[in-house]
Amino acid sequence: MSVKPVIERYSQMFQRVKSKNEGAFIPFIVAGDPDFETALEIVKTYVENGADALEIGFAFSDPVADGPTVQEANIRAFKAGITTKKAFEFIKKIRKFTSIPIGILVYYNLIYKMGIDKFYKTAAYNGVNAILAADLPLEEAQDVVNASEKYGIEQIFMVAQSTSNERLEKISRFCSGFLYVVAVMGVTGARKDLELGTVQLIERVKSHSTLPVVVGFGISKSEHVKHVISSESDGVIVASALINIITGNLKDEKVMLDKISAFCRDLKAATQKK
Amino acid sequence: MINDGKFGKYGGIFVPELLIPALEELERAFLKYKDDKKFNQELDYYLKEFAGRPTVLYYARNLSKKFGCKIYLKREDMLHTGAHKINNTLGQGLLAKYMGKKRIIAETGAGQHGIATAVVGSLLDIPVEVYMGSEDVGRQKLNVFRMELSGARVLPVKTGSRTLKDAINEAFRDWVATEDTTHYLIGSTMGPHPYPTMVKHFQSIIGRETREKILQKKNKLPDAVIACVGGGSNSLGIFSGFIDDEEVELIGVEGGGDGVETDRTGATLCKGTEGILHGSLSFVLQNYDGQISAAHSVSAGLDYPGVGPEHAHLKVTGRAKYDSITNEEALEGFELLSKYEGIIPALESSHAVAYAIKYAKIPENRGKTIVVNLSGRGDKDMFLAAREMGVKV
Repeated sequence: MSVKPVIERYSQMFQRVKSKNEGAFIPFIVAGDPDFETALEIVKTYVENGADALEIGFAFSDPVADGPTVQEANIRAFKAGITTKKAFEFIKKIRKFTSIPIGILVYYNLIYKMGIDKFYKTAAYNGVNAILAADLPLEEAQDVVNASEKYGIEQIFMVAQSTSNERLEKISRFCSGFLYVVAVMGVTGARKDLELGTVQLIERVKSHSTLPVVVGFGISKSEHVKHVISSESDGVIVASALINIITGNLKDEKVMLDKISAFCRDLKAATQKK
Repeated sequence: MINDGKFGKYGGIFVPELLIPALEELERAFLKYKDDKKFNQELDYYLKEFAGRPTVLYYARNLSKKFGCKIYLKREDMLHTGAHKINNTLGQGLLAKYMGKKRIIAETGAGQHGIATAVVGSLLDIPVEVYMGSEDVGRQKLNVFRMELSGARVLPVKTGSRTLKDAINEAFRDWVATEDTTHYLIGSTMGPHPYPTMVKHFQSIIGRETREKILQKKNKLPDAVIACVGGGSNSLGIFSGFIDDEEVELIGVEGGGDGVETDRTGATLCKGTEGILHGSLSFVLQNYDGQISAAHSVSAGLDYPGVGPEHAHLKVTGRAKYDSITNEEALEGFELLSKYEGIIPALESSHAVAYAIKYAKIPENRGKTIVVNLSGRGDKDMFLAAREMGVKV
């Protein structure tokens, strides 16, 4: 029997990529999309083609922060039978083949319904490093922050263009692991261009917080990745652009996985700083 | 935020970080203008001259005689656009104008709140866009036409269950990207803080008028106040006039659908459990994991799997009582009020009417004074009611 590898922490991962003069590439998937087994194959493909950490979404019936691409992925996952329990099993299976950090993205009702303590305990037990609740601002977050500390899980918060400096400092006191910088004022979804001001936002966040910074929402091609990494972002989360490949290739898994691996390599290469 | 928007443990601000600045701005504006003399003068003017306030408190003589109680109807159904909704759309519409917003978005189920928003948009010259589930667009073509006639754009929502809750999701998604120029005009006492407090404030005029009139007419408070509860705005509006009078029984009536024992129900407080939907902690209809279920009621206004957080608080503290009326019972109430009083109620309000009759029939309630909030009129429900009653029109 092989020794179970020690799970890498976010801080170690950021250190690792930094030492190679890179940014972190963090691909996203909705657990169980398009189905449990295929989703596992997709995550394997992510890991084999340069993922430095993983972001796993838990499907929710009313995802207000998500655009049509992620909504559709949620619906596919539901149709294929995903539940909170199965989503945790999904992570447990991922842990069999990788030790890179895993963050989960969840809507707060799923945590609340299970019970905060039980949810965090289950997450820690199954190898989750970080939790981001998309609809939980710091005003309501004290209980989950306590639970995250109790179970050694990083609690991630989002910041955006609209976040004031004062609020940014408050958020970074609650936040651990990394700050999730939302590149666009809007919902998730692939976009042609990065919003103007993303660079200034990264600079502003960096000047008010010592936490690593990861940029997400709308990052959909290697130019975007190059742009934000060269602007001193410590990493990128890519979601909708990857889901679009899943959506567009449901009939042929091999083609889907080939396209995903090529895209991941392309995105990872773009995290190399000059 | 200045306040936490909590009613006991319920309420709060469960939204993506991106929306916090918009809610902060809205809370500041609401707190500033709710006591502002000029704002209130202007609002009073529109409530009176445009909407038709005050509404009468009508003694339903025939129904009272038949069922052995003194039944009064608060005639919100006589307001412009046919329901209490306009109290809130005028208030928030004017607030949007004072805030300098250039566009208003709203959600609508059957279309009543959409229409009340559309006409206020015309009145105040602010463009209105209304999100409406594509299922509802199909079912409520006449109301879509009404909104468009009043200059609003109706945006069909094709995601999720394609009904009210999905229209709300889509309105939030829009607002995340447009908050600097746009006001999101929520139609009920739900959503994140400050909406539940603000919408109740604009609807509390129903309670103030009712209290004043009943004291004038009877020289005493009523024994019971009965109102239907969907999101909860007409009920909180009228309850607010009596919350501190503990001798007044407050009863909220939910859309029971086929019955609370079935899966096809809208009775969130009677059947639901604690959860977070659309920005606040309250009761919701949900499954084991916390995925939100579809609601069902013959009345579109009660067909919602959530409920305003203050109702959750009134329920657990016991200050108000909540019960439900089935589709079938509501239709009986609809027919009875039309037949005995010549007043055709909205199917939503028919739930309150049906409950009042049930209440009056209980021997120990004999002779009691009951106020029913007749929140809307039935014109919008004619085709549906005819079909349910097997009448071809």
